[in-house]
Amino acid sequence: MNAEDIMRRNAHPLKGDDTIESAVDLMEKERLRHIPIIENDDTLIGIISDRDVRDARYSIFSDKRLDDILQKPLTTIMKTEVFTVHPLDFVADVASMLSEKRINAAPVAVDDKLIGMITGRDLLDTLVQLMGADQPSSQIEVKVSNVSGQLADVAAVFKDHGINVTSMLIYPDKQMAYQILAFRIQTMDARKAIASLEDKGYEIAGPTMPDMGGPASS
Amino acid sequence: MTRQHAAFIFNEKQLAYKFSDTHPFSPTRLRLTVDLLKSLGALSAEEIISPRKATDEEIGLFHEKNYMEAVKKGSVGQLPAGTAANYGLGTDDTPVFTDMHEASALLVGGTIQAVNEVMEERFEHAANLGGGLHHGFRGKASGFCIYNDSAIAIRHLREHYDARVLYIDTDAHHGDGVQWAFYDDPNVMTLSIHETGRYLFPGTGAITEKGAGQGYGFTFNLPLEAFTEDESFLACYEIAVKEICAFFQPDVIVSQNGADAHFLDPLTHLATTLKTFKMIPKIAHDMAHRYCNGKWIAVGGGGYDIWRVIPRAWSYVWLEMSDQTSLATGALPNEWRKRWSDKAVDPLPKYWEEVENTVPDIPRRPEINEKNAETLDKSLYYIRREMKEMQK
Repeated sequence: MNAEDIMRRNAHPLKGDDTIESAVDLMEKERLRHIPIIENDDTLIGIISDRDVRDARYSIFSDKRLDDILQKPLTTIMKTEVFTVHPLDFVADVASMLSEKRINAAPVAVDDKLIGMITGRDLLDTLVQLMGADQPSSQIEVKVSNVSGQLADVAAVFKDHGINVTSMLIYPDKQMAYQILAFRIQTMDARKAIASLEDKGYEIAGPTMPDMGGPASS
Repeated sequence: MTRQHAAFIFNEKQLAYKFSDTHPFSPTRLRLTVDLLKSLGALSAEEIISPRKATDEEIGLFHEKNYMEAVKKGSVGQLPAGTAANYGLGTDDTPVFTDMHEASALLVGGTIQAVNEVMEERFEHAANLGGGLHHGFRGKASGFCIYNDSAIAIRHLREHYDARVLYIDTDAHHGDGVQWAFYDDPNVMTLSIHETGRYLFPGTGAITEKGAGQGYGFTFNLPLEAFTEDESFLACYEIAVKEICAFFQPDVIVSQNGADAHFLDPLTHLATTLKTFKMIPKIAHDMAHRYCNGKWIAVGGGGYDIWRVIPRAWSYVWLEMSDQTSLATGALPNEWRKRWSDKAVDPLPKYWEEVENTVPDIPRRPEINEKNAETLDKSLYYIRREMKEMQK
């Protein structure tokens, strides 16, 4: 999955000689926190964030509107050192770069020409989709030792029961030598699959029954 | 003509909605319930109304035509496996079976019949316990459900009676099919209270699912923690239903009465008892009289402990509806026990009160209750704010 697959194509750009006031209006109307600044040929020349605008706007403690400041061009406040993303950058790299640089949004550009925008929210939406509850399914988490072949063996159990897997994640267990395989499977009745996994000696990390010593754990 | 009290929509043919002898969605549940009510003397022949099959046009109020065609082909064994899979059919959950279209259409017809009895004021309330197949999608079967009788009947309610409908779903699984059917419709409020989708099918039903467009704020979800017990379940249900009724002012209530939130249910992880299933219809009934001039339609749904839970849980729906809850004390009718004890896989209960099985001590109970209370507050935040605005 690449940046171009999850970016928003309408980046709501402004021009360098647009006023700060126009950026204030656009941010409020479109609920944006970042606006890329371009030239007439889409060349990216800067970016402004809601913080840049906030710093320039009149103080809430003053009733004087700083009209002359709001009429200044965006070139006076924009940041010109812009971190950009290439449309073919891998989403995981984009996420780690944004995290590392502690920024929340990046324009997507090819040859300095703006083609889209990626924000933290787009990445979170992608995470939700990857964790996969967009199709009706049950979740089973299986704890396996961190050696090769485990995924294939566990997946074979679902195959044997004719159960379709709609998504799966692998993540490290608290114990280093183990991994958790989290499957979303397309069935309402996961009992048979869970029983087969337990028969084969796998530990079901979830759903788990708390130790109640009673009949409900059957 | 004066309105009679309550109608029980049922005929033997409804029991044909059966995937296989081993499938958990068993029609025996319905037979056991009807038989228990009759043995109790709580269900007379005059109260039973035989449903008709829904027409293609009625099913088409919600379902896509090509899906209906696929179900019909499955009915006569002419649906290729590859095509079936595209429609969610032929899986372990919803296998193809002979006459599946007819059986499904009859359950839909039952819920439409229940709606008509109530809306044409022949009866105050009506129950179709064979309905409640809330997972069915427009073009796809899912989670034991082929046609979504409730979604179809609510469309019918909208088109023929222009009523504002409150749909209350207490099945342990999220009522996804009905929710998505009316996600952008401000005249249909859906409330689903269920076990969180963390592990349980279908995985949706988060509090963030609130509706879209015009329908924003007309979808409510209360995803409860696994091992939630009576007290917390009922508190969440009662508060949510009362506040939502006050906000939405429904003309009619459709309640889905899945009974799989019980601690004995083999498919879910909630831990309520029959006490919850006695109270659920009571509150729905109270609200129907308070807001809807009595108009209340109840359907069935999930519930997979067919011997120890379902007969009593579903009887409560009818006993509440027909004002006969006083009959539900002490021993269960001997005649009923005799008839079924040989066939029962689990020991049949002896009393209305749940004495044979008790909920084991749930560790983490305080955390579970605390988390549910927080979920309730977050879920109702929007209407509480709106109500405050309205009072200004």
